[in-house]
Amino acid sequence: MFSYYLKLGLLSIRRNPLMSALMIAAIAVGIGACMSILTVNYAMSGNPIPQKSEQLFYVQLDSWDPNSPNDDGSFDPPDQMTYTDATALMKADKAYRQIASFKGSLVLEPQGDDERPFSVLSRNTWADFFPMFDLQFLHGSGWDDAADYNIERVVVLSKETNERVFGGENSVGRSVRLVGMDFQVVGVLDEFHPAPKFYDVTNGAFNDPEDLYIPFNVGIEYEMPRAGNTNCWKSIDGDGFEAFLRSECAFIQFWAELIDETEKQEYMDFLNAYAEQQKLLGRFPRPLNNRLNNVMEWMEEEEVVDEDARVMLGLSLLFLLVCLLNTIGLLLAKFLGKSQDISLRRALGASRATLFVQHLIESGLIGLGGGILGLGLAWLGLRGIEVLFGEYVENLVGMDWVMVLTAIGLAILSALLAGLYPTWRACNITPAEQLKIQ
Amino acid sequence: MLSMQNISKVYRAGLIETHALREFSLEVNEGEFVSVTGPSGSGKTTFLNIAGMLEQFTSGRYELDGRDVSSLSDTQASAVRNEKIGFIFQSFNLIPDLNLFDNVDVPLRYRGFRAAERKRRIEKVLETVGLASRMKHLPSQLSGGQQQRVAIARALAGEPRFLLADEPTGNLDSHMALSVMELIAEINQGGTTIIMVTHDPALAEMANRNVHILDGHVSNGDADTPFSQVAAA
Repeated sequence: MFSYYLKLGLLSIRRNPLMSALMIAAIAVGIGACMSILTVNYAMSGNPIPQKSEQLFYVQLDSWDPNSPNDDGSFDPPDQMTYTDATALMKADKAYRQIASFKGSLVLEPQGDDERPFSVLSRNTWADFFPMFDLQFLHGSGWDDAADYNIERVVVLSKETNERVFGGENSVGRSVRLVGMDFQVVGVLDEFHPAPKFYDVTNGAFNDPEDLYIPFNVGIEYEMPRAGNTNCWKSIDGDGFEAFLRSECAFIQFWAELIDETEKQEYMDFLNAYAEQQKLLGRFPRPLNNRLNNVMEWMEEEEVVDEDARVMLGLSLLFLLVCLLNTIGLLLAKFLGKSQDISLRRALGASRATLFVQHLIESGLIGLGGGILGLGLAWLGLRGIEVLFGEYVENLVGMDWVMVLTAIGLAILSALLAGLYPTWRACNITPAEQLKIQ
Repeated sequence: MLSMQNISKVYRAGLIETHALREFSLEVNEGEFVSVTGPSGSGKTTFLNIAGMLEQFTSGRYELDGRDVSSLSDTQASAVRNEKIGFIFQSFNLIPDLNLFDNVDVPLRYRGFRAAERKRRIEKVLETVGLASRMKHLPSQLSGGQQQRVAIARALAGEPRFLLADEPTGNLDSHMALSVMELIAEINQGGTTIIMVTHDPALAEMANRNVHILDGHVSNGDADTPFSQVAAA
């Protein structure tokens, strides 16, 4: 009977093309608005590394001023770590894997005479950055631990940078010139666009990943230009880069990979012991308040999905509701207009339940039409958001299959809900009254 | 086959009550062809709607094939309507955007027959009413008489034991009306019980028995009077 109901639904839609078009348009507008905002929220709140987000932990050490809250007014530990602490934790090597990293801004000088230098963003990190975050390589691999400790000038390029500098060829073994020094290419990454950019949300949760990756110690050794946030609660004692590194300025993100709850507890104990030790040295003046948050906890903590986006989502759902109320009115008019057809079918043996299903399927078909048109409107809406907000939302305005199916599903569900009351009313028509007047 | 005992039907609109049927009793036996006559507003159509279970009655007892239909659920009543009763309406009530085949198919769909069985039945009844060659035509491409034939075919497709006709020739000219009545008489001769509401005494004469309704109840004695006796009276 399902195919029969589909046929009847299509016939009915064709019978009243204007009214059907109005209903489809009402649902489409609601779905378009809702899905545009939902897509952005979905991208914001997605798990960027689902296969191991439970075992990757962002480390916060509370080295901050006991008398001053953070920038956000809280007494939470700072989002980033000082050089002193990051290097101490790296040296202790207590986690299965751990990495410290910070963002840099460099100038890359291409080898061709005609090519002009251009700015690139770099990430200064450790060898374990690549296996820890499951990065895939097109060519070569990451550097090894020896390169970290021997301060070797090696570099891993993003796919885009490799295409720009080497035309997409395998550039492993070749060199690139950064701030006047040659770096040997050891690897070229495959596509890598995590959204949110979980490993460094303090410098823009939805920014593009960096253009290249170099060893942490190289960045320090050669005092390579840094980019991103640096927060200090004490004035720097002395001048120069060395003094900065010894200061209480936090600019480093630190991640630890801990396989199970026991490892997590042991690592927390280690962090607390480290903090106690630092207290003896006159640092860490606040009570112990060190934190380990896994990826999704950290995204929540950092409010990656901001309040405005949630409010917009609520408003768009309300707008969808308004569109559905319009659809209910139109469906009511349409179905009550079919009272003679319904009465005839009742006379010929259709039960109320059968007619209820038939008309719900018709509502579902209208929803399907609204969903397909709504997808087009959502796409336009997302392009509008992209135009309005520019690069900041570039990684948030793409619809994947999940969102496409969600749009269609939401449209059909909405239409079915909108169709419930009109269908119920239509199925409760007394057939005799309608057949009498024909 | 059909037994109504003291059926009453009261329509209420606020404080106003309208008695469409009062203590209405009637027995119709299998294979009978009963005409129902009476002035406008006498309750003919109400009787027909109750007989076809399209309308609830206020009080009394109605048995169809020995089964009390007042206690049936909507689904059960719909199944009984689908299997046992065929309807023929004055204005044909064909679905305008379905072709003849699909119009006749409607009650068979609700019966749950397989496609091959439905096709066999539809072809057979359209053959019976002389429209087998026009299966793919839309109702609007047919004359009034032909449309009523399709409606009859639709009523017959489920092989009901009981045919209810409400002014089946009311919208037809005399020539077409005669042709349709001959078809209905043929169907009755095939064993189908028929109750036909009509204003036309000439058509009523074609039935075996006439029931005259006046003010919501049977006015011609015990309602078992053969038509010839009623006419004489």
